[in-house]
Amino acid sequence: MSDFWLIVFAISVMLGAVGGAAVATWFERRLLGLWQDRYGPNRIGPFGIGQVAADMIKLLTKHDWVPPFADKWVFIFAPTAIVVAMLLGFAVVPFGPGLQIIDLNIGLLFFLGMTSLAVYSVLLGGLASNNKYALLGGLRSAAQMVSYEVFMGLSLMGVVMLSGSFSMADIVESQRDGWYCFSQFLGLFVFVIAAIAESHRLPFDLPEAEHELTAGFHTEYSGMKFAMFMLGEYLGLILISCMITTLFFGGWLAPFSLTFIPAIIWFSLKTFLVICFFILLRCAIPRPRYDQLMSLGWKIMLPITLINLVITGAVALWIAGA
Amino acid sequence: MRDLVESLVSQLRTIWTILLHTFTKAETVQYPEEKPYLAPRYRGRIVLTQDPDGDERCVACNLCAAACPPDCISLQQGTREEDGRWYPEFFRINFSRCIMCGLCEEACPTNAIQLIPDFEMCEYDRENMVYEKEHLMIDGPGKYHDYNFYRVAGMEIEGKKKGEAENEAEPIDVRSLLP
Repeated sequence: MSDFWLIVFAISVMLGAVGGAAVATWFERRLLGLWQDRYGPNRIGPFGIGQVAADMIKLLTKHDWVPPFADKWVFIFAPTAIVVAMLLGFAVVPFGPGLQIIDLNIGLLFFLGMTSLAVYSVLLGGLASNNKYALLGGLRSAAQMVSYEVFMGLSLMGVVMLSGSFSMADIVESQRDGWYCFSQFLGLFVFVIAAIAESHRLPFDLPEAEHELTAGFHTEYSGMKFAMFMLGEYLGLILISCMITTLFFGGWLAPFSLTFIPAIIWFSLKTFLVICFFILLRCAIPRPRYDQLMSLGWKIMLPITLINLVITGAVALWIAGA
Repeated sequence: MRDLVESLVSQLRTIWTILLHTFTKAETVQYPEEKPYLAPRYRGRIVLTQDPDGDERCVACNLCAAACPPDCISLQQGTREEDGRWYPEFFRINFSRCIMCGLCEEACPTNAIQLIPDFEMCEYDRENMVYEKEHLMIDGPGKYHDYNFYRVAGMEIEGKKKGEAENEAEPIDVRSLLP
């Protein structure tokens, strides 16, 4: 791609991601409604799609308030950090053959780094609010994300071993003779759980936990800053779904050699199904207690990841030797 | 280890059960478009009814106001000059206080006050929730079609002497010694 088309593509990816996140808020509520035997928002426009615009107008016209007891500049900076980090993460997502903003040879590490940066947003938001609930939410998010970060990265190393590359395009190409969701089943299992914890969505939304912490780290936020946190969360959901598709479900590769359908359609379809699965998890599973979350992470997920890593390494070496 | 497997299976079964709910129908009643069925004896808005002859039933005995738990009924008794019937000079129900308990209906000796299956009484101003007699009165007997209090009661009114009511015996002259 020439420079001009690259810029056009980058801007369209950014707008698409933000628009997708906005539509995801409505779509999630409709889908939750479907699974909870109700309708969800269905009043404005066809299927209630106008709810997105209505929410946007509401959030934009709300009083954008900085509490006098808050740490002003950090308070303002926190919501932007999560959006910027998540949007940067989209730079390495391969939407199709060659349809990638930048094919870094450390693409996977870049993605992990960007999701880690998003932790600062929650942490600083909770700290700067100068509010007990927000502080508790920030504290929880720090512990949760730092511990789940560990095996989120490790669970992907199996994929890296099999494909022999950190570049996202190479990882997709190496899945031509079999998606990694079969050979790296344990890795997928751990990565899905770690990814939910990392994007702090239900059932692992302990930083927010509206039943105990009112709204956790964004208790003091309103208006557009609150909307930025929400945007970041839904961008995270989409980014994580894109990553699961790319790393474990063959990215833009067509299954059963149905190549007459364009690659980008396959990629979108797979990502869409992964998003639906995340919403299903939110619908079905209750939130664990804080200590349960930590013991699940360190006592179960980390050993599973390490076992997976050892077995994958041994098999990869055995095949290479034979 | 067994606990771990059991809890994992339990979580997966939960996810599967929720997924099956894709095919169940929503329980929601789309209220303003789709009205729910209200039983004929539903306790909703309060009305004052008329007897089959088209005259108001209420005799202003004040029992409804006495029975009313939040004291939302107020009325003033008066006597009509031309036929001697009792009637309320004013009858006022403050629906912003009313709890639709139906105790007024049970207390009413003349079946005048009745609750009907209607609850849609929203107003923008609280004053509009105060219903006067002309708002409460309906042109009909409500749930009791044939009942007319003055036709069965012993009270004397214009056109009906003592002892002329239904099932009423002739008045006894208590000073007479005749059997």
